[in-house]
Amino acid sequence: MDVKEKLKISRQKMPEQDPSVRAKNFMEVPLGFSTKTAQLEAQRCLNCKIPKCKEGCPVYVKIPEFLKLIVEGDFAAAARKIKETNALPAVCGRVCPQESQCEATCILGKKGDPVAIGRLERFVADYERENNLIKIPKKQPAKNKKVAVVGSGPSGLTVAGDLIKLGYDVTIFEALHKPGGVLIYGIPEFRLPKAIVEAEVDYLVKQGVKLKLNKVIGASRTVEDLFKRDGFDAVFLGVGAGLPRFMNIEGENLSNVYSANEYLTRINLMKAYLYPEHYTPIALGRNVTVVGGGNVTMDSARCALRTGAQKVTIVYRRAREQMPARGEEIHHAEEEGIILKLLNNPVELIGDEKGAVKKMRCIKMKLGEPDESGRKRPVPIEGSEFTLNTDLVIMGIGAGANPLLTSTMPDLELNKWGYIVADENGRTSMEGIWAGGDIVTGSATVIQAMGAGKQAAKAIDSYIKSGK
Amino acid sequence: MYEIISKTEVVPNIYELIIKAPEIAEKAKPGQFVILMIDEAGERLPFTLSDWDAKKGAITIYFLEVGLSTMTLARLDKKNISAVIGPLGKPVSAEKFGTIVLGGGCYGIGGIYPIVKALKEAGNTVITIIEARSSYLLYNKEKLRKYSDRFIVTTGDGTKGEKGKVHDVVKIMIKRKEKINRAYFIGCTFMMMNCFNETKNHDITTFVALSPIMVDGTGMCGCCRCLVDGETKFACVDGPIFEAKDIDWDILFKRNAAYSQQEAMIYQFHSCESREV
Ligand SMILES: Cc1cc2nc3c(=O)[nH]c(=O)nc-3n(C[C@H](O)[C@H](O)[C@H](O)COP(=O)(O)OP(=O)(O)OC[C@H]3O[C@@H](n4cnc5c(N)ncnc54)[C@H](O)[C@@H]3O)c2cc1C
Ligand SMILES: Cc1cc2nc3c(=O)[nH]c(=O)nc-3n(C[C@H](O)[C@H](O)[C@H](O)COP(=O)(O)OP(=O)(O)OC[C@H]3O[C@@H](n4cnc5c(N)ncnc54)[C@H](O)[C@@H]3O)c2cc1C
Ligand code: SF4
Ligand code: FES
Repeated sequence: MDVKEKLKISRQKMPEQDPSVRAKNFMEVPLGFSTKTAQLEAQRCLNCKIPKCKEGCPVYVKIPEFLKLIVEGDFAAAARKIKETNALPAVCGRVCPQESQCEATCILGKKGDPVAIGRLERFVADYERENNLIKIPKKQPAKNKKVAVVGSGPSGLTVAGDLIKLGYDVTIFEALHKPGGVLIYGIPEFRLPKAIVEAEVDYLVKQGVKLKLNKVIGASRTVEDLFKRDGFDAVFLGVGAGLPRFMNIEGENLSNVYSANEYLTRINLMKAYLYPEHYTPIALGRNVTVVGGGNVTMDSARCALRTGAQKVTIVYRRAREQMPARGEEIHHAEEEGIILKLLNNPVELIGDEKGAVKKMRCIKMKLGEPDESGRKRPVPIEGSEFTLNTDLVIMGIGAGANPLLTSTMPDLELNKWGYIVADENGRTSMEGIWAGGDIVTGSATVIQAMGAGKQAAKAIDSYIKSGK
Repeated sequence: MYEIISKTEVVPNIYELIIKAPEIAEKAKPGQFVILMIDEAGERLPFTLSDWDAKKGAITIYFLEVGLSTMTLARLDKKNISAVIGPLGKPVSAEKFGTIVLGGGCYGIGGIYPIVKALKEAGNTVITIIEARSSYLLYNKEKLRKYSDRFIVTTGDGTKGEKGKVHDVVKIMIKRKEKINRAYFIGCTFMMMNCFNETKNHDITTFVALSPIMVDGTGMCGCCRCLVDGETKFACVDGPIFEAKDIDWDILFKRNAAYSQQEAMIYQFHSCESREV
């Protein structure tokens, strides 16, 4: 096919559940490509000499190469091609912000629509899994060296996956009763089916990774114990940014005011939407307000809708262009009827006599000069306060560093916000201890956490081999 | 899976549960708690560690049947539960402070025990007071007596010991100008608040063990937040034992009632259902 013909094919749409139907269920929203659509979409790739898409990808997935394999119809080979640099394509294809990564740099995007790289990544990974084509990779001979991975989020899973292949004896310690980190407790089923995360973890276990759940390192065991008592040769800390932030405004401790972490954990990890079959309850708001503009906010808002809210409003202090959420999620949220109240900021929550939230007072904002993040700083407009009615408020304004583990490690260097200081290989100030993912960078993305895991795995391997 | 070594209804509605959890038994300190899950569909349930034995690898908790989860735990005939997580929370510091009053009610009669023991072993003069509505609801007496310099029992109906509650005894002690350096209370929120109301103006450093609703128990969700000294604190990591003078009780009561309607309905529903079978 020549370039002209290729350019004639338009970007293929992925079928989705109808907004009015999906707003009432927890099933996945985009339904996936058929093999035919996938091949058509993959044909759009121009096979650029210098493929820009790759540069946009934080782990340099071999994009044109895997697209070519799709065109040739060898979907399992395409999946394996991706897995050369990215161990979790079924996850990344669903949750990466492609519009600001690979698809942002794809040359086709200059004039028209970029290749739907994310959707194709999802397609091949699903194809491989659903057709039982996943092969357990060959392991290098056992090295008789033990590595402990603390936390089973994307960074920890990556470290474990890379090191088990190299012949290490790898154990993951996870505080919660299910592995996967944010992929399990944060991102909802309708965006990332939990069966996919379970399959990824299963794949590691089949390769020999030991998984110890319900182990809170710092409480059940210290990192020192891991070295001295359990005899680990190196430790990777991938504990995430699991500390909910609040705004410190009046009324935030009223009941029916949730952090997004709590709200999403109750729903995704504890399955509160299946109460009472699952025993954890959740307040059912009719008129829900979610504060923030990231993925966390969108996920909370859409969960509220799915648990029966009649009205869901997102209050965000900046403008739409500055929302950090994935484009697709904002689009999906709006399609489902979620109202965006941009350039507004809560100043107070007001409760009833029982201590449950009833109203939110907000102030209007305007955009001023750019701040450190380069985004225009929102400034309040004096005298513009107004009041919204609401019966459930979710604070989705971000997360910080959870001190539970780090407070038990006085020699570990932290920055002023409590995140672990690590170099580009994940090396911390303590010998034999690596760190990566959100606990180093602050809240970031799945693929960045995986990238950090990859670097750390390499560095741990050379440390154990050479002692450096 | 964690093995249940024994489960005993020690007095009506209060159960002693001994579970095999060697790693927790080895690390546990007084004032800490564990989170249990009965099975995958269960809630994450916080319970105060009452005793542990590193040699046997066993931990003991006492729980009160109040709702769906504790009812299920009480009636469980399986020999295993799916998760035991801990030890969680900040332990109390067991130093020598002088004369200490320790009060327990309800599950707190179990919960106060490790603190009684640790403070006694640290060389303090320990006065333990427990309360129950009636004599048949008292338990754990011998263990507490063993580590107490004075051991006082109170009952609401006067069928055993003093008639009244822990706070009544504390009130009398203060009136008699007995020297008290510190006080610790564990029980329902109302009991702890009543006790603190007696000690607060008498230069007695008073600690209480808060029991806000929790989910993860590791500081990740913020569900257990309390207002302490004007600051938001997470009871699961900053507590659960806090100095009483700094606590905003009103918020605590209201947040604890957040799910009471749903819970009451489901509890009744399930109780009826299981009765029919
Ligand atoms: C609701 C939500 C939606 C998101 N959506 C997206 C998205 O669409 N796309 C995207 O790219 N990114 C998204 N993110 C961000 C992304 O999920 C994170 O950047 C990523 O998961 C970080 O990975 P991690 O490995 O650092 O840690 P995490 O995923 O946070 O996992 C850390 C794990 O460590 C465990 N742990 C913590 N402390 C201990 C301890 N002391 N002992 C043992 N275990 C411990 C935790 O329980 C957890 O399981 C989202 C985040 C949230 C919260
Ligand atoms: C740190 C901590 C230590 C605890 N130690 C013990 C203990 O040693 N023994 C014991 O019996 N209980 C203890 N509790 C309370 C116990 O966790 C709850 O009673 C239990 O979770 C209730 O579960 P349920 O489903 O049976 O009742 P639910 O149906 O959830 O609730 C029934 C009633 O109990 C109230 N309730 C729910 N959760 C709590 C809670 N966390 N604290 C107080 N009241 C609550 C509800 O408002 C409702 O009115 C502790 C709680 C915490 C936070
Ligand atoms: S930039 Fe776009 S067109 Fe070029 S190789 Fe990458 S995906 Fe294909
Ligand atoms: S229970 Fe979640 S932060 Fe304390």
